[in-house]
Amino acid sequence: MSTSPKRVRFPRELHPVAWWTWAVGIAAAASMTTSPWLLGLLVAVTCLVVVSCRGDGPWARAFKLYLWLAVITVVIRVFFRVLLGGSEVGHVLFRLPSVPLPEWAAGIQLLGPATREQILAGLYDGMQLACILLAFGAANALANPKRLLKVMPPALYEIGSAMVVAVSVLPQLVDSARRVKHAQELRGGEPGRIRGLRRLLVPVLEDAFDRSLALAAGMDARGYGRAGGTDPKARRVTGALMVTALLGTCVGVYGFLDSTTPAWIGLPMLGLGALCAVLGMASAGRRVQRTRYRPEKWQQAELLIAGSAVLTAVLVWWVGRTSGSIAHPGVEVLPQITLLALCAPLVALVPILVAPPAPTVANRTVPRSAPDAASRRARTPEEVAR
Amino acid sequence: MIQLKGIEFRYEDRTVLDHVDLEITDGEFVLLTGATGSGKSTLLGVVAGLVPDYTGGTLVGEVLWDGMSILELPARERADRIGFVGQNPAAWFVTDTVEEELAYGMEQLGLPPATMRRRVEETLDLLGIADLRHRDLRTLSGGEQQRVAIGAVLTMHPRLLVLDEPTSALDPTAAEDVLAILTRLVHDLGVSVLVAEHRIERVVPFADRMVLLRPDGSVQVDEPQTILETSPIAPPLVDLGRLAGWRPLPLTVRDARRRAVSLRERLDESIQDGRPAPVDRDQPTGPPASSARSLVVAQGRTPVLTGVDLTLHPGRVIALMGRNGAGKSTLLWALQGRLGRVSGTVETAGLDPHTVGGDRRRLLSGMVPQTAADLLYLESVVDECRAADDAAGAQPGHCRDLLERLAPGIDPTTHPRDLSEGQKLALAVAVVLTTRPPVLLLDEPTRGLDYPGKAALASMLRTLADEGHAVLVATHDVEFVAQTCDRVVVLAEGEVVSDGPTRAVVAESPSFAPQVTKVLGAPWLRVDEVAAVLDEVLG
Repeated sequence: MSTSPKRVRFPRELHPVAWWTWAVGIAAAASMTTSPWLLGLLVAVTCLVVVSCRGDGPWARAFKLYLWLAVITVVIRVFFRVLLGGSEVGHVLFRLPSVPLPEWAAGIQLLGPATREQILAGLYDGMQLACILLAFGAANALANPKRLLKVMPPALYEIGSAMVVAVSVLPQLVDSARRVKHAQELRGGEPGRIRGLRRLLVPVLEDAFDRSLALAAGMDARGYGRAGGTDPKARRVTGALMVTALLGTCVGVYGFLDSTTPAWIGLPMLGLGALCAVLGMASAGRRVQRTRYRPEKWQQAELLIAGSAVLTAVLVWWVGRTSGSIAHPGVEVLPQITLLALCAPLVALVPILVAPPAPTVANRTVPRSAPDAASRRARTPEEVAR
Repeated sequence: MIQLKGIEFRYEDRTVLDHVDLEITDGEFVLLTGATGSGKSTLLGVVAGLVPDYTGGTLVGEVLWDGMSILELPARERADRIGFVGQNPAAWFVTDTVEEELAYGMEQLGLPPATMRRRVEETLDLLGIADLRHRDLRTLSGGEQQRVAIGAVLTMHPRLLVLDEPTSALDPTAAEDVLAILTRLVHDLGVSVLVAEHRIERVVPFADRMVLLRPDGSVQVDEPQTILETSPIAPPLVDLGRLAGWRPLPLTVRDARRRAVSLRERLDESIQDGRPAPVDRDQPTGPPASSARSLVVAQGRTPVLTGVDLTLHPGRVIALMGRNGAGKSTLLWALQGRLGRVSGTVETAGLDPHTVGGDRRRLLSGMVPQTAADLLYLESVVDECRAADDAAGAQPGHCRDLLERLAPGIDPTTHPRDLSEGQKLALAVAVVLTTRPPVLLLDEPTRGLDYPGKAALASMLRTLADEGHAVLVATHDVEFVAQTCDRVVVLAEGEVVSDGPTRAVVAESPSFAPQVTKVLGAPWLRVDEVAAVLDEVLG
C-alpha cells in the first residue's frame, strides 16, 4: 500500500493539538447524528485509532475507564426509558407492572409496557452521548495532557504550570493516603467514621502541605516566575488592553442577549472585546522570556490527522443537511444508510495510516549493534579455558 | 564569590543564626554541619534566597555576590548562579521524565533550544544517567533521583551548588556515587559546592573547609582537621584519632590506617596478654519471638522476597541491611502481618500475624513505619499517649511512662510536629509498644538523626531489648549498626545473602564495614571497645 518502501515512520510524539482537534471532530460528528450505524462506526473508528496509536504512558491506560463510562451511559439511558415509559404506541416488547403514582404526579408513569420504539430511542440517545464521551477519552489517551497544557499561549504560562502541578499532585495524594492508612493500622483505637477520617486526613494533609511548600520552593529555586525584562510602559499597555477586553466582552454579551439594545452594542462590541483580549495576551506574552525544550513540531501528519476528523464532521453535517432521515432516522423502521454516510466516519481512520508510532519504552531503547553486543557478552567458561 | 556578612535570622521566640560570616570562593567544597535543628537548612536557604520567603522570620545582614548585594533578590532570580537541591528531591520534581526535568530550569531562563539540547546531553553524560533519560521520575531509586536533582540545577550552569543532606537517605554505595559526582564537579568544572550534612563520615574527606553551626546560632569556619579537634559532632574515625592522640586528625580511612600501625600493635599485644578481645553476644538459645520460614512475598506478579528465613530472638537487636529496593520494607510488613505471602510461614508467639486480624496483630508486634509522623495525628504529646492507652486497653499513663523512659523530658503539651526527629521517633515507638508486643520492627529510624540522636536511639533499643523485646531495624547506617546491633541480616534481590553476628558480617563486607573496622581490622567495631582496652593498658 505504501508508495515508497524506504519511507520509515520513526516514533515521535504527535502535537497534542492535532489529537484534540481530531477528537473534537469526532465529537462534533457524533453530536450531529442519531443514526445507530453512523454512531456505531464512529465508536469503532475511535477505538481502533486509540488502540493502534496510543503510547504506553499512564494516561493511555485511562481509555478503558472511558469505555466503561460510555457503556454505563447507554445502559442508564435505556433504563430510564423503560422506567418512565408506559406508552402503548408501537410494538410492545414486554409489560412490567405499572406503579400507580399519586394525583400530583399525573402524566408520569413508572414502568408499565416497554415498547421497542422507546428502547431504541434510548439506545440512539445513549450512543450519541457515549460516542462524544469516547472521543474525549480518546484525546486523553492519545495526547499527554501535560503536553497540551504546555502549548498554552505564553501569557498563560504560569497558569498552565500550576495546572500541570495540580495534575501531578493527585497520584501523590493517593500514595500518601495509602501510606498513612497503613501506618494508622499499626496503632489501635476505635475506627469510628469521624475519628477514622480525622486520623487519615490530618497526616495526609500535613504531608500534602509540606510537599506543596517543598515543590514551590523547588520551582522557585529553579527560576519559575522570573520577571524577565518588564518595562512599566508595556505593563500599562497590557493592563489597558485587558480591561478594555473585559468591558467590551461584558457589554457585548449583554447587547447580544438583550434584544432591546441597539444592534451595534451586540456583536461588534463582542468582537472588539475579543480583539483586545488577543492583543493583550500577545502583549503580555512578549515579556515572558521562556523557551521550550524539544517542542512538538506541527508537521504533515498532524495536519492530516486534524483534517481527517474535521472532514468527517463536515460530511456528517452534509448528510444531515441533504438527507435528514439518514442522519436522524426514526425508530419505527430499520435505519437506512448511504454510501456517503458510510464513508464519513471512515475518513477519521486516517491516523492509523499516517500517525508515526508513539514512543514507548520498547522502541526508545536503541538496540545495540550485533558485534558490540557480542563483545559485551560474558565469556563462557569454555572460552575462558581456551 | 559569595559572601555572607553578619547574617542574623530569628523567629519571634528564638534566634536561629547569629552573626554568621562566611565566604565561599570559586571551586571550593564546603561542608556545613551541626546538630539537627541547629539551622543548617536555614543557612542554605539564606544562600539560595528561599529564606525568609518560605519560612517567615526576620533576616538581617548582607549577602554579596561578586561584591554586589543579592539579599533582596528572590530565589528565582538567583537560579542562574546558585543551584539549590533540597532535602527530598522526589518532592521537588516538577515534570514527569528525566529529560524534561533537566530542561525545566533552562526553560525558565529562556535559553535557546539548541543550547538546551546540548546541555541536557552533556549533563546526562556528566552524571552517568544517559540510560535513564526517558524514565518516569517516580520509578527511579533514591540515588538516581538525587543525581537527577543535581543534574536539574546543573544544566543552568550555576557557579555555586547548594545541597541539603544529599546522602542521608541513600545506601552506602549510592551515597558514594553522589559524592563522587560532587567532587568531579569541583575538580573538573570549578563549581563551588556547599553541602549540609550531619552524617559527615563520608563527606569530610572531600571537604576543603568546614562550617560548624553551634546551637547558639554562631558558626566556626576552618579546615576540617581544626574543627573536628573540638567539634561535638564527629565521625568515629575522628573519635578514634582523638583517642589515639593523632595530630593532625586523619580524615580518610587511608590516612588513619597508616597512622594506626602502632595502635594496632598495642591492641594485639594486649589481647595476647590475655585481655579479652571484643566479642559479640553469644547466640541466643531460647525459642524465637518471631520467625519466618521460606517466606515468598510478591507485589502483583513481581516477587519481592524469594524464600527468606529469619528468626528474631528476645533480647536481641537485629539490623536488616541491603540496598534501596532490596525488599527490606516488604520483609518488615510481612513480619508485621499486613502483607500476605505467596508461600512460607510467619509465626509470632505461635500465631500467624497475617491471619489473626488487625487487633491481634498489634499485640504480636509493634512497627514504626518509615515516616514516623504518619502514626501521629493529635494536637499534643499527652493526647497521643492517652489515645494509645485507650486503644491498647492499658492502664492510663502507661504510654507516658514508656515515653519518659525512652526519651526523658518531653513537654507533654508540645505538638508532635514540633518535636525533634528523635523525639518524634520515641513517641511513635512508645505508641506502638503500649500494647506490650514481644517484637518491635523499625523501618529506617536513623534517617534525619544526628550523632547524639542516633546514640539516644541506640540506647533506647538496647533498653527495650534488655527488657525482653526482639528488635529488628532496617537501616543503611553502618556506624549505627556497629554501635547497636547484635546480628546483621543482609538482603539482596529478595534473598538473605548474609546472616550472622555483626562482627562477622560487617568485617567481611567492603561497603558495610564501619570506619573503626576499616582502620583496625577484624574484631574492632566501635571506638569504645578500643577505649576500654587502652584504658586497661594505661592503667
